[in-house]
Amino acid sequence: MDLLNNLAIGFGIALSPYTLMLAVFGCFIGTIIGALPGLGPSNGVAILIPLTFSMGLDATSALVLMTAVYYGAMYGGRISSILLNIPGDEPALMTTLDGYPMAKAGRAGDALVISGVASFTGAFLSTVGLMLLAPLLARVAFKFGPAEYFALYLLAFATLGGIASNNQAKAAIASCIGLGIAMIGVDNNSGLPRLTFGNMHLFDGIDFLVAIVGLFAIAEVFFFIESHGKNTSIGVKLDKVRVPWADIWDTRWTQLRASVIGFIAGVLPGAGASLGSFLAYMSEKSVAGEEGKFGTGVAKGVAAPEAGNNAAAGGALVPMLTLGVPGSGTTAVLLALLMTLNITPGPTLFTERPEVVWGLIASLLIANFVLLLMNVPMVRIFVKILSVPPWVLLPGVTMVSFVGIYSLSGSYFDLLLMVAFGVLGWVLRKLDVPTVPIILGILLGGHMEDSLRRAMVLSDGDWTYLFSSGIAITLWAVAVAGFVAPMFLRNIMKKPQRITD
Amino acid sequence: MASDRIFGAVVTLVALAYAASAIQIQTSFLADPVGPRTFPMLIGGIAALCGLLVALKPDEDPEWPAVATLGALLVSVIVLVAYAYTLKPLGFVIPTAITAAILSYQIKPQPKAAVLAGVGLSLGLFFIFKFALGLGLVALPAVFHG
Repeated sequence: MDLLNNLAIGFGIALSPYTLMLAVFGCFIGTIIGALPGLGPSNGVAILIPLTFSMGLDATSALVLMTAVYYGAMYGGRISSILLNIPGDEPALMTTLDGYPMAKAGRAGDALVISGVASFTGAFLSTVGLMLLAPLLARVAFKFGPAEYFALYLLAFATLGGIASNNQAKAAIASCIGLGIAMIGVDNNSGLPRLTFGNMHLFDGIDFLVAIVGLFAIAEVFFFIESHGKNTSIGVKLDKVRVPWADIWDTRWTQLRASVIGFIAGVLPGAGASLGSFLAYMSEKSVAGEEGKFGTGVAKGVAAPEAGNNAAAGGALVPMLTLGVPGSGTTAVLLALLMTLNITPGPTLFTERPEVVWGLIASLLIANFVLLLMNVPMVRIFVKILSVPPWVLLPGVTMVSFVGIYSLSGSYFDLLLMVAFGVLGWVLRKLDVPTVPIILGILLGGHMEDSLRRAMVLSDGDWTYLFSSGIAITLWAVAVAGFVAPMFLRNIMKKPQRITD
Repeated sequence: MASDRIFGAVVTLVALAYAASAIQIQTSFLADPVGPRTFPMLIGGIAALCGLLVALKPDEDPEWPAVATLGALLVSVIVLVAYAYTLKPLGFVIPTAITAAILSYQIKPQPKAAVLAGVGLSLGLFFIFKFALGLGLVALPAVFHG
């Protein structure tokens, strides 16, 4: 069996003491990041990337560390949702709906354990799904030429803009901002500078890490200054933590269904974990019907979104690893990590660097068990961390961002750019313009233009070449549908606000 | 309404300017059929169109903060810009303590706690970065290092 051989390679790497230590460490940091209100998976991972880079970790170690942080943050997000009624990250928003009422009814411990187990189910099943689906998709991806890749990138922007935002035009503007920024710098083909306006600092282009940290982390600091930390409501006390076996057994089918839904939502490019937890919650709510009493603090209402959200986190890794197209904001950040490490995701990654892929998958399987241990028996430690006040946390985040970016290039210009991106991020989010498409644009802009130009070289300037294969036409069709359909669905399916994963 | 109209107009203008400067891009004699101009011009064009759409069909206004809060935000931006310039010449500890304290004060106006947060963060992070992560940070202004 190919799969078993590959897994053996993976576990050989993942079980080395050093990698194991990194995974455990990443899980711990990740859970903290997820639990802290104001720090979610995307900005948490974003501020850590420059630091991992400066620490000089090799590719596999860095990837294991950061994906452990990513998974950990997905687990941790539920803690503040349940105890404070503040989602620790965007996808955990749905967990507040039943988690907080449950905590108010004196069942905070139960809610934390149920959601922890549901997180484990979702994450574990989706990691298995990743293991099975990714190699298959990688094989299909070998058939992709430049025309198909161009359509695929377009699809990512279309679905991301269509599904994850409230206004298509604004999402398209965000994508254009990102793509426009990606064009700055020396042109790969002609070797001549483009759109640098004579500024020497811009000849190398704008580093995507600067933009990511600015848009995600610095902008968040501005939001806290705006609200003067008022969002810190008084939380619910956590008494005894017992394992409510009966509730866990009752929610088994909910967990399984939610995991499947979450995984599918995660695999779709552009949809991500917020959509996964939303769909999982809504479908379970309709399965349970009126008698299910969703929204009043029931176990199923806690289990469904957590299983969905964690399953989507694993699912989002599938398109990121096999096609190089991220499925969510956080996987866009992970893609940035890969590019910083000089790893090109895509089908060739599976054949040329199997140790990276399978080491990662094995580490994720191990990380899941570590996270289950951390988030059920040891959950009290992380509850303590919630008492860190925002007036210490947010300045701390700013300082870590500055040092991280500074350690990359040692240039004050990058720091200024980062602050500018922070201001831009604040204004845009105020105006309900999503910022994730900007990141995606900066990350993929170069590749997108390259594939367009290569396609035109192959066809000698014939534009119909872009629609010349079945795969390309399908991708174009899905892209158009993904962009247009949500306009009509929006009235039918009312989305809770604050979804900007 | 007004916010989106202004935003749409600004996007359209910037996008047109972007497309216009894309026309100026030098091409080399080794040009491929698409060339270095087409893609940026396409982006500028689409953005301009979407900007117009937003300006013509605006969403409801967001809740903009009061003047005092805007002032706090402005102060924070200025402090961060100053921090960016001083981090290299003045070393890590002093600018970090000052910046962190001011930011902390902007989030919650309590002077003593803010100063403590600033000093604590500055020293704590310095030790983490320097000794746990091994980053090559300079603690103090160059003068003190001799």
